[in-house]
Amino acid sequence: MKQSSVVVVDLLLLLLTIAVIATPAFSDLVLSKVERRIDVTSQFARVTKSLKVVNPGSESISEFMLTFPKFLGNNLAYLSVKTKRPLANLSVKKADPKGIPDSISVYSVALPKTLSKGDSLTLEVVATFTNVLQPFPEKITQGEIHLVMLQESAQYLSPYTVESQSLSIKLPNARIESYSKLENTKLQGSELKYGPYKNLPPFSYSPIVVHFESKAAFAVAEKLVREIEVSHWGNVQVTEHYNVVHRGAQLKGEFSRLDFQARPNPRGASAFRHLLARLPPRAHSIYYRDDIGNISTSEMQSDSKKTELLIEPRFPLFGGWKTFFTIGYGLPLSDFLFASEGKRFVNISFGSPMIDLVTEKLIVQVVLPEGSKDISVTTPFAVKQSREIKYSHLDIAGRPVVVLEKDNVVPDHNQHIQVYYKFSNINLLSEPLMLISGFFVLFITCIIYTRADFSISKSSPTYLAKLQWDEVLATLQEVQSIIQKCLAAHDKLEASLRDLSRTGDFQTCKAARKSTDSLLKDLSKELKPLLGFLQSSPSASHISPKVEELVVKEKELQEKLMAKHTTVVEGYEKKSSGRDIENRIASQQQKIIALRQEIEDLLEFIDEI
Amino acid sequence: MIHEFDPYFNYRTTLFLTEKGFYEFWNWFDSESWYPLGRIIGGTLYPGLMVTAALIYWALRFLRFFVHIREVCVLTAPFFASNTTLVAYFFGKEIWDTGAGLVAAVLIAICPGYISRSVAGSYDNEAVAIFALLLTFYLFVKAVNTGSLAWALGSAFGYFYMVSAWGGYVFIINLVPLYVLVLLITGRYSMRLYIAYNCMYILGMLLAMQIRFVGFQHVQSGEHMGAMGVFLLMQVFYFLDWVKYQLNDTKLFQTFLRITVTSAILVGGIALGVGTASGYISPWTGRFYSLLDPTYAKDHIPIIASVSEHQPTAWSSFMFDYHILLFLFPAGLYFCFKRLSDATIFIVMYGLTSLYFAGVMVRLILVATPAVCLISAIAVSATVKNLTSLLRTKQKVSQTGSTKGAGSSKASSKVTLDQSQPFQKNGASALLVGVFYLLSRYAIHCTWVTSEAYSSPSIVLAARGAHGNRILFDDYREAYYWLRQNTPTDAKIMSWWDYGYQITAMGNRTVIVDNNTWNNTHIATVGRAMSSNEDEAYEIMRSLDVNYVLVVFGGVTGYSSDDINKFLWMVRIGGGVFPVIKEPDYLVNGEFRVDKGASPKMLNCLMYKLCYYRFGELTTEYGKPPGYDRARGGEIGNKDIKLEHLEEAYTTSNWIVRIYRVKPPTNRL
Repeated sequence: MKQSSVVVVDLLLLLLTIAVIATPAFSDLVLSKVERRIDVTSQFARVTKSLKVVNPGSESISEFMLTFPKFLGNNLAYLSVKTKRPLANLSVKKADPKGIPDSISVYSVALPKTLSKGDSLTLEVVATFTNVLQPFPEKITQGEIHLVMLQESAQYLSPYTVESQSLSIKLPNARIESYSKLENTKLQGSELKYGPYKNLPPFSYSPIVVHFESKAAFAVAEKLVREIEVSHWGNVQVTEHYNVVHRGAQLKGEFSRLDFQARPNPRGASAFRHLLARLPPRAHSIYYRDDIGNISTSEMQSDSKKTELLIEPRFPLFGGWKTFFTIGYGLPLSDFLFASEGKRFVNISFGSPMIDLVTEKLIVQVVLPEGSKDISVTTPFAVKQSREIKYSHLDIAGRPVVVLEKDNVVPDHNQHIQVYYKFSNINLLSEPLMLISGFFVLFITCIIYTRADFSISKSSPTYLAKLQWDEVLATLQEVQSIIQKCLAAHDKLEASLRDLSRTGDFQTCKAARKSTDSLLKDLSKELKPLLGFLQSSPSASHISPKVEELVVKEKELQEKLMAKHTTVVEGYEKKSSGRDIENRIASQQQKIIALRQEIEDLLEFIDEI
Repeated sequence: MIHEFDPYFNYRTTLFLTEKGFYEFWNWFDSESWYPLGRIIGGTLYPGLMVTAALIYWALRFLRFFVHIREVCVLTAPFFASNTTLVAYFFGKEIWDTGAGLVAAVLIAICPGYISRSVAGSYDNEAVAIFALLLTFYLFVKAVNTGSLAWALGSAFGYFYMVSAWGGYVFIINLVPLYVLVLLITGRYSMRLYIAYNCMYILGMLLAMQIRFVGFQHVQSGEHMGAMGVFLLMQVFYFLDWVKYQLNDTKLFQTFLRITVTSAILVGGIALGVGTASGYISPWTGRFYSLLDPTYAKDHIPIIASVSEHQPTAWSSFMFDYHILLFLFPAGLYFCFKRLSDATIFIVMYGLTSLYFAGVMVRLILVATPAVCLISAIAVSATVKNLTSLLRTKQKVSQTGSTKGAGSSKASSKVTLDQSQPFQKNGASALLVGVFYLLSRYAIHCTWVTSEAYSSPSIVLAARGAHGNRILFDDYREAYYWLRQNTPTDAKIMSWWDYGYQITAMGNRTVIVDNNTWNNTHIATVGRAMSSNEDEAYEIMRSLDVNYVLVVFGGVTGYSSDDINKFLWMVRIGGGVFPVIKEPDYLVNGEFRVDKGASPKMLNCLMYKLCYYRFGELTTEYGKPPGYDRARGGEIGNKDIKLEHLEEAYTTSNWIVRIYRVKPPTNRL
């Protein structure tokens, strides 16, 4: 059982600390007042301490030692030390001084000013520990409640003498199975208080165990990859791949859907169904999917301050169950990209937007536009950095990627990081230009292909036949256009006749006749060589009779029209009545209409070749 | 997202192909399906689709478009469908004219019968196969029309592509010889035909042999013998032609003809007989028989008959998929017969044979769709052309007439032209309006069908809620994803074969049987396990190393195509191999029931227990007793189900998929 092993470790630790007490005091500092609050309402333990440090000795001191028992120190995810007056973040680093046993982790804090004799300073420490709430029992059935256990020391473990101290543990408002009862232990509602204890020597330690029910979601991302892609076309695309596992007590035995959904008293309290992500405001194009497609169970609410995305995995997660999913969203570039001193920088949050999610391994990849130079990163805490190249659509050199890695990330790490780089706007145009030139080349090749002659043999019969046929087609087109011109001339003649009937001015009509005559003559001259060619060409043998017919018909029509024209003009010259003229031309008129129809049919036929 | 069952397998293989390369793919032995037998993937699939998708993927990568292979797979079907419309245009142009081609392209672009298999995500063999089919036919017709070797070569390559893509290539290799035979009989033999067929057959056959799954079937299987026979017949024809040319004596030639034809038929018959008898030529397969005779499968191969896609087509589904094309089809045939040519004979034969097959099997509607579209296009185009030419002549006459003003002569000329057909113009325009009305109805119908029936993937079930809102049942994916995430990676899942591909692709776990139904005995073993009682089933499952059992159950949602409704098929298939399973044991007076009146064997078989485990405590519908099965509309007969060797591992939110864990054997005392 893990439980017993932990207890053994504690006992060892206790013995060690007792041994340590015998060693001389670390320095002369005294903690006049220590207040600790441990918040275990979620899956991690968030410890806030306020330490009042006094220097009674004569030496001035600029370094302060923070100590944790090793089993806590190993699970330390986040540590920050501040002073209230003046408000400042103090730098903390892991230290390994001599004379401290292995069972204690030590961090050294650089004080903002050296403490001389009699000076005092209040330090505000925030520390977040993961994996310190041990599920006990480790395996539960679906109907059982989820119990976890916290181990701590009722007394503050410190290399310094502590004059007064107290501890309060904020438990979720639920069942408390058991807790260590020492002197001055009080349980008030969901708050458990130890202390105050007065005048404790350095390295005092008294282990306590609290066993209570936790309804918090023990959602742990074993691995989270956040890809932040900056596009200077106005978008920051964030894609997050989650490998989530429920790290609470494992489910044993059956999972019964009936019990899980039963109306009066559903069973399965240890499972969680939802995860809540608080995305930046103005997030858009949000999607939620996994390896096998879109997941439709998500809800979104947004206002001007934030965008909240409530996602429901495909199945409820019981202890030990895993799932993988991807969420993605776009952010407006103007909210995250700034310029300073000739450089640009992206200012974006480091951690996951999921609330109360612990990430065991977080990889943040900031993808900068192609052509970015002089890349540098500033982060509020230490991360592992590396560079990569990513290829996306139409990339040639690839996009530089800044890869930041950090283990054991808690929501306290949701601070902004800055990635500085240089980028010239000309590079923006390269991809559209590439596309344009690509299409240009494509079209040019098409044009060249259709215009150029690629036949291998210039003397093969098929090739020659093709050439001939092309010529025939060209000739045909010419013939057609000439006939059309003739028809247009006919129409003009008819129009002149209409004018005549309206005005009675036969002189203009005659003039029109003359010009038309000469035009038609020219046209028929043009037509002759074309006809000759068509007759001689062997490949036009099946068309030439039709063309000839067309020309003959046209001639006929021309004659008829002329005759009609002459009749009408004569009639007007002789001042005969309109009815008379009409009667005379009636028969001609019918023929003209019929001929015209035939010609048009023929033209249509030729058109279709 | 990818639809249906088979596409998941195709997607998985494509993924493998792009990751591991072609040679690995070709030699892939898949141990994740058909446990413990495994499956030789490279030799038992048609690689055309995967290779196409991989090529597109690689080409896009080369052009610096970094797409995901999934995106390529999803869009392959629509891309090829658009190519099909292009081919349809050229085909229409070849057999009739440009107008018909254009109409054919438009019709096929929205025809539901084709859209059903060409929506985005329908990543199935048919997606590229219909394109290949139509391309092959088009190139062949072109080759016959021109007598050009180049076109015949093109059609051989088209055929090769078709063979590599889909088992439906058998249709080509039977239809083309049949067509050639018809041309020979009707005396339309020509040199063009000789060139086209010989080139296409020889080259196509040789190319097709390169596909491992097809291999030497072209010379060894009964289904391909027709093509071989026609090929030989062509040679005889050619020879006779030559002899006729040499002899110049009709009487002598007649005798020679008789002798040659009889001996040729005799030799062919003997060769076929010897081949079949010696086992060199395999007889027709059951699938082929079931195509020719709709009742064959039901009696002999329950596994084919159990697939809903293999059922004979109902009239309504013809109407659903073709709409007005169904009425235009005969009209198009009329036009084709009126202007008979080599090309129209082909399309008529294609249309008639494929329509027959479509009647036999629902899924072959797909094959008939291009033919129906083409023939209907001929009808539409020819009709519209006739009507508009009528209208146009009238207009011209009236125009020329009107130039002269209102004269009696004009009126008389009009009368003389009009006398033959009174109200011709009005009639024509009315008919034209009618045609356009029909076509617009067709477009509306197609849009409706596409949005209602073919756009939603069958893996996500949609229903309307009480307030008209849409409710999605995403239970399948829920279950598969649960399997993928929360079972050991080497877990073996037993389920009915329908879900095999999906479990391997989405759940990424080994299955016992899947949709590639190559081993009937193995499927029968699963059927037997499902229909035995728990102790016997446990023995079978232990021998198959099963860790999880997955059943699909629609009793809560009223989803009717679940495992209980498929159960009789399991019994039949199981009973076909293991006579201990007898169908009548599960029926009461020939009736299949699950309520109190059900047979005791039914009430205690594994499938029943797994589906209804703890279902008796659930109230599904207000006013009904607990344990009311909504899919079958009855209260279940065995409410107190205890499982001894299995335990519930997961049940999806709507109970559609239930997964059970097989417990390890208890220690012997």
